[in-house]
Amino acid sequence: MKSTHLRGLQKAYVCLIFSFLYIPIAVMIAFSFNESKSRTVFTGFTLKWYKSLFQNSMILDALMLSLFVAIVAATVATLIGVMASIGINSMGKRMQSAINTISYMPVVNPEIITGVSLMLLFVVYVNFAHWFNSQPAIPEFLQILPENIFGLGTLLIAHITFCVPYVIFNVSPKLRQMDVRLYEAALDLGCSPKQAFFKVILPELTPAILSAFLICLTYSIDDFMISYFSSGTMQTLPIAIYSMTRKKVSPEINALSTIMFVVILVIILVSNYVEGRSYRRAREKR
Amino acid sequence: MKRLTCLLLSLLLAVGAAALPVAAEEDTIVINEDISVSANYDWTRFKDKGVKLNVYNWGLYISDGSDESVNVVEAFEQLTGIDVNYTTYDTNESLYAKMKGGGANYDIIVPSDYMIGKMIAEDMLAPLDYSNIPNAQMIGEQYRHQSYDPQDAYSVPYTWGVVGIVYNKTMVEEEPDSWNVMWDERYTNSILMFNNSRDAFAIAARKLGMSMNPKIVEEVNIIAEELKKQKLLVQAYVMDEIFDKMGGGEAALAPYYAGDALVMMEENEDLGFVIPKEGTNFFVDALCIPKTSQNKEAAEMFINFLCEPDVGLANCEFIGYSTPLDSVREMLPEELANNPIAYPSAEVLANTEAFTVLPDEINAAMDAAWSDMKSYDEEGGGWVVPVFLILALAMTCFNVWRRRRRKKRREMY
Repeated sequence: MKSTHLRGLQKAYVCLIFSFLYIPIAVMIAFSFNESKSRTVFTGFTLKWYKSLFQNSMILDALMLSLFVAIVAATVATLIGVMASIGINSMGKRMQSAINTISYMPVVNPEIITGVSLMLLFVVYVNFAHWFNSQPAIPEFLQILPENIFGLGTLLIAHITFCVPYVIFNVSPKLRQMDVRLYEAALDLGCSPKQAFFKVILPELTPAILSAFLICLTYSIDDFMISYFSSGTMQTLPIAIYSMTRKKVSPEINALSTIMFVVILVIILVSNYVEGRSYRRAREKR
Repeated sequence: MKRLTCLLLSLLLAVGAAALPVAAEEDTIVINEDISVSANYDWTRFKDKGVKLNVYNWGLYISDGSDESVNVVEAFEQLTGIDVNYTTYDTNESLYAKMKGGGANYDIIVPSDYMIGKMIAEDMLAPLDYSNIPNAQMIGEQYRHQSYDPQDAYSVPYTWGVVGIVYNKTMVEEEPDSWNVMWDERYTNSILMFNNSRDAFAIAARKLGMSMNPKIVEEVNIIAEELKKQKLLVQAYVMDEIFDKMGGGEAALAPYYAGDALVMMEENEDLGFVIPKEGTNFFVDALCIPKTSQNKEAAEMFINFLCEPDVGLANCEFIGYSTPLDSVREMLPEELANNPIAYPSAEVLANTEAFTVLPDEINAAMDAAWSDMKSYDEEGGGWVVPVFLILALAMTCFNVWRRRRRKKRREMY
């Protein structure tokens, strides 16, 4: 008797937590089909916000920019991060913990500090480039420092910067857990160090690298603060949405968010399915 | 004879009919079915020169092609071959911060009145060459020579409006005509108030018969006292939530901008709008060119394009704020062009005041008084920070202690 009570309570608790997580999204999806612009009354079903979303070039441009930056930044950051974690892993213990602490700082630092400091760095560089290019003492062929750097370049640099620590923190633990003897065995069996890395270590790390890549992707699409300070005259999706708040946020945003939610849901379901299948296969083999 | 007259007449008609579109073609260029612009201007001088204009405007502040409107920016690109990079901001302050930070070079910005004054004072704007903006002549006389830019050297008005009270007819007992109603105890908990210090102070100042541009700190304090008195009656301090709250009948009274009030009144028939007799705030958002612009002439062409009657009309219909262009007002439907909310009479306008740049000490005093007012009577807010600090310290100590203990235990075995 007692246990059924307890089980009911457990279920209620889980329901409560999940409803906190998912009711807002459900409301947003529902209102993306709302006929009127109101955020409180549902007046009728329509698809017109989806239609007008695909005609709104400002939102679409911002989305394209966000996706482009996210993919490039995540790829580069994953590359740098994986190399860094392998390097860190082969350091001495004291050095390792020192480097880990340093790379942990940007993660716990408020984003606004990263954003402002990056902008200041870029501004300092611009001032320096301007000064350098207008110095008569320096030969002209050397005065080729670009001055108008704000834009895609700075945006990418900023995003890569804040993504790298996340990669390190995803890949490093996996690397530490890995049995060193695997690598040594590969060498004993005639692999060159390069082969051993690509055939033994990398496959072992793949899940961690993939999840790091996905984390970077989401953080980059999500980021407002840092992009705001380093984007120059460009505009990512969060900035575009935020600037609409002076007037009513258009239901087009609901439509866009719904599409993004569905796409991410599909990605997660597919990757879970694939993972599950390969896991089952691996078990069958045994 | 009769037949001849008939023939002559029909001939005349035919000629007339043929002549009309010709005449129209001569002095306008048709871009699409909604927009034709004056042909008496060299629109194409930047074609194929790879010119790119960075336009920084308020969010949702130009006719952008959504909701079956015209895409004005696209029409400009089509006409001139200039590439427009259109981006948006949400407050005057974020525009200012972005420009001051040196993080971006814009060619067109749309600050409001007081921000224009501030930017002129700080030498951030470039003087306009009106020979490139002939359409600026169509700006009505009453919108020129405003206090923020007396010579009109730096700015061309884009939209304007006044602040008034939106009220729900079913929830108030008599039609309000004064700011006093926002302090009326009968409407406790159904009053909404601006959640930005400048607008809120302006209302309280006008209620007291004072200027909304305080000159000394004492004035700020007097106004702040008045806002404190009001706080007990206020349901919430909000900005664009007013749309939903008033539209859904959750509150009886709210101050807001005239253009947006018209939109609300369309959605909810119970709503009314009044411009209080004590006078109110007159605001202008104007087109300016920052000093750092690399394409000033092309930017002036863009301003001229926005002042074209067809373009102005499209923007006016999309944004819903009043237009300073007389030519556009003439094209508006009768009931809007003579609407006392969108276009108040000269007497009402005479009793309005625009925001000016405030000295730093007044700004600081206002910010302090505002946050003081907001935290007023929310007692004991002062303990939060120390308690959190102590908690954080305690947690750190506990962690260190735990780690030590674990280490000791490990050493024991």
